[in-house]
Amino acid sequence: MRRLRGLWAKGPIKGVALLATFFLVVGACSSGDDDSGGITSSVAEERGFTQDQIDAALTTYMPSGEIDPYIMFASGGQGGQVIVIGVPSMRILKVIGVFTPEPWQGWGYGAKGTEEVLAQGQVNGRDVLWADTHHPALSETAGDYDGQYLFINDKANARIAVIDLRDFETKQIIKNPVAIVDHGGTKVTPNTEWVIEGGQYATPHGWEYAPISSYESDYKGMVTFWKFDREAGRIDESSSFAMELPPYWQDLCDAGKLVSEGWVFCGSFNTELATGGIEDGNPPFEAGASARDNDYLHVINLDKAAEVASAGNTFDVNGFPMISLQTSIDEGLLYFVPEPKSPHGSDVAPGGDYIVVSGKLDPHVTIYSFEKMMTAIDTENWTLDQFGVPVLDFDSVMEAQIEVGLGPLHTEFDDQGYAYTSLFLDSAVARWSLGPPYNDAWELIGTVPVHYNIGHLSTAEGDTVSPDGDFLVAMNKWSIDRFFHPGPLLPQNFQLVDISGPGDDMSVLYDMPIGMGEPHYGQIIKADKLSPWDFYPGVGFDPHTMSIDPNAPVAGNERIERNGDQVEIWSTAIRSHFTPEIIEIQAGDHVVWHITNIEQSVDSTHGFTIPGYNINLSLEPGETATIEFEADMDGVFPFYCTEFCSALHLEMMGYFLVKP
Amino acid sequence: MLDRILGPRVPADLSAEQLRGYRLPTLLFSGAALLLIISILMPYWHLDLKAPQFPDGLVVEAFVNRLQGDVVELEGLNHYVGLGSFDDGAVFERSIAVLGILGLAGLLGASLFVHSRWVLFITLPALLFPIIFIVDLQWWLWNYGHNLDPLAPFAAAVGEFTPPIFGPAEIAQFDTLALPGPGLLVAVAASVMIGFGLWHHRKAYKPLIEAAMDTA
Repeated sequence: MRRLRGLWAKGPIKGVALLATFFLVVGACSSGDDDSGGITSSVAEERGFTQDQIDAALTTYMPSGEIDPYIMFASGGQGGQVIVIGVPSMRILKVIGVFTPEPWQGWGYGAKGTEEVLAQGQVNGRDVLWADTHHPALSETAGDYDGQYLFINDKANARIAVIDLRDFETKQIIKNPVAIVDHGGTKVTPNTEWVIEGGQYATPHGWEYAPISSYESDYKGMVTFWKFDREAGRIDESSSFAMELPPYWQDLCDAGKLVSEGWVFCGSFNTELATGGIEDGNPPFEAGASARDNDYLHVINLDKAAEVASAGNTFDVNGFPMISLQTSIDEGLLYFVPEPKSPHGSDVAPGGDYIVVSGKLDPHVTIYSFEKMMTAIDTENWTLDQFGVPVLDFDSVMEAQIEVGLGPLHTEFDDQGYAYTSLFLDSAVARWSLGPPYNDAWELIGTVPVHYNIGHLSTAEGDTVSPDGDFLVAMNKWSIDRFFHPGPLLPQNFQLVDISGPGDDMSVLYDMPIGMGEPHYGQIIKADKLSPWDFYPGVGFDPHTMSIDPNAPVAGNERIERNGDQVEIWSTAIRSHFTPEIIEIQAGDHVVWHITNIEQSVDSTHGFTIPGYNINLSLEPGETATIEFEADMDGVFPFYCTEFCSALHLEMMGYFLVKP
Repeated sequence: MLDRILGPRVPADLSAEQLRGYRLPTLLFSGAALLLIISILMPYWHLDLKAPQFPDGLVVEAFVNRLQGDVVELEGLNHYVGLGSFDDGAVFERSIAVLGILGLAGLLGASLFVHSRWVLFITLPALLFPIIFIVDLQWWLWNYGHNLDPLAPFAAAVGEFTPPIFGPAEIAQFDTLALPGPGLLVAVAASVMIGFGLWHHRKAYKPLIEAAMDTA
């Protein structure tokens, strides 16, 4: 708790000083021998709180009007969205519509711009309107979060989305042309030149068919490197490429940084090449893919791979350039390092000098030295795997192994030279110290129990070159007895852990139920690194081009124009009326309806729905949107503002009359 | 006639101390002219509005020729009460304000050459300018508050009213506070200087005028 006081005092948020004073008083009495005295609270007394509970409550408490110093972007799991959470209060601020339509934000309910982004996520022309969102990645500059963009992958359909953090809206969805499913994304390189999307379950590339019996020859692994154009705020597909990998199941990747910048490290499992078939008496995947003691950490020379790809030394899959496995071997783009048993996480230390891997069926974290890897590559200290890929000698590249507990998965870092690894089976977080130059020794420091079955964890700015520490969020899969049971499907449990103290001083501060999907990973950024717009900069702003649309309706040019059976409408919305209000057309007309919220003040959002036509827009101040539909249903449709905007919100309506 | 308006000239052979008596009105009138010109760049009237849903409040500042602040937001809100558009208020006054003030300053400049009681007529418009501004603003405020659009949703609830030119008021959920702006204070300071200038002018030139009349 001691260092957290510092956080509040230096925090960017006004009014925290008062709270800090409160902490000092509470802290002073908590450091005493007994738990009495100091602040007396009849509530604490009545509820029988211990001093630790009072401290925890005060650490997460945000008086009305105060703003959290950190913001967490968590995947929304099966919800296909991104959850924005204030830390440490753990209040949900928004659920950003990404792969899944989201009605409040008018995401995918008629607004053409949003429909077009969602349509980018089609698979073979088929709408896929859900996603298994896994790993959000904040854009970075020089290895540190810059607060500009957020990327997230959809494991189920191998898709990547780009979210602009000026308006917290999804701008682009990309379907991977090679793989039908992914997992190891997203991660970014230190200056966000590349967005990394690692594969998972090997399949024939290009979404083709091949029998399972030809698994070894026709099924492939992959990693895709998406080129990000920061100016455009979009992934540039034409400059992106993929690498063909053996049909191991690639898992999470991390980008090298500082000394290891230009390299990428991806874990893998099922190097057994198991093909399952429990129904035929074969070992099920869970056994078959866990048989060997080691799998392979993939060490990829991204800089060199990008050169090979831009030189055109690739073949096409679905029109997308791919570097063949043989080219990777010949050009020295790919090396393997044995990693203990079915690893999950692959995380690069803040200095870029070490790579941490956890084999989930091995109680250790294994730490590799990047420098030693480079030496092994230079001296060709390797053997070859069955596909001819060099496998570096384990002992010569391994720096340390630390027994941390059962089921180690993912690792993040803090500013004290500690690393934190989630322990799924132990339901705990292990804190261990990094060796030189971070700390004296590679050793386990302590563990803190979490509830229950932790997957990922996230520390404040914990995968950057300068982690903050302060807080850790344990992303627990099971909550069992932590909350009221809202039926047999229980919420997930995000637990906030105070990691500001030294040694084994760590404590759970808060349980946050997540009842909208099973989030996987999240990233925590300082709130003051984000500078989102209060409203769109200018009336008639189109969020999908991020510019003012010259054709957008503005005050005074509202009109209705008919051209044959096409009716085009230019409407405006302002508290508390639409212009025009009465619109009469003929059944069968094709309607193109532009509508602009012409306000420019904070929070003056208007909604817009046409009942029966599955249309709902959210028009934030300044925003313009276009809807286009066949008026094939005659009748009288009161259209209205769906966002309670003003005292006369109910009167903010009009009639859309469709004559039979 | 021109001689009578301009009045007597200052004698040439004066001690430094005697000269000071003639210079004082010149300095005060020139200073006042300068202040008036500067005041064009400053808001004359300041209106703070507070309401629960505007935690930072809204502000409008009236310059002699324009409005500044949360004008667009207030224009949007005005239609609920039925207040007219700001664009329709004091159109004439705003159109002549800058030239008018420059004219007042010009008159003050001309007054430096006038050593008779005519100086009172020449400086009087500038002297009275703050009062003219206040009276005109009050008239417009009355006008706004008494010409509500009867079809506006809140017109009946709010009723006819005259927003006070200075001080607090309540309009619907808004607590307002009107204050003189720095421009108006500077203009008032100019008036005070003109007043003192006139007093010193009389003190300096009256003996000369009387002497001249005696000679005549």
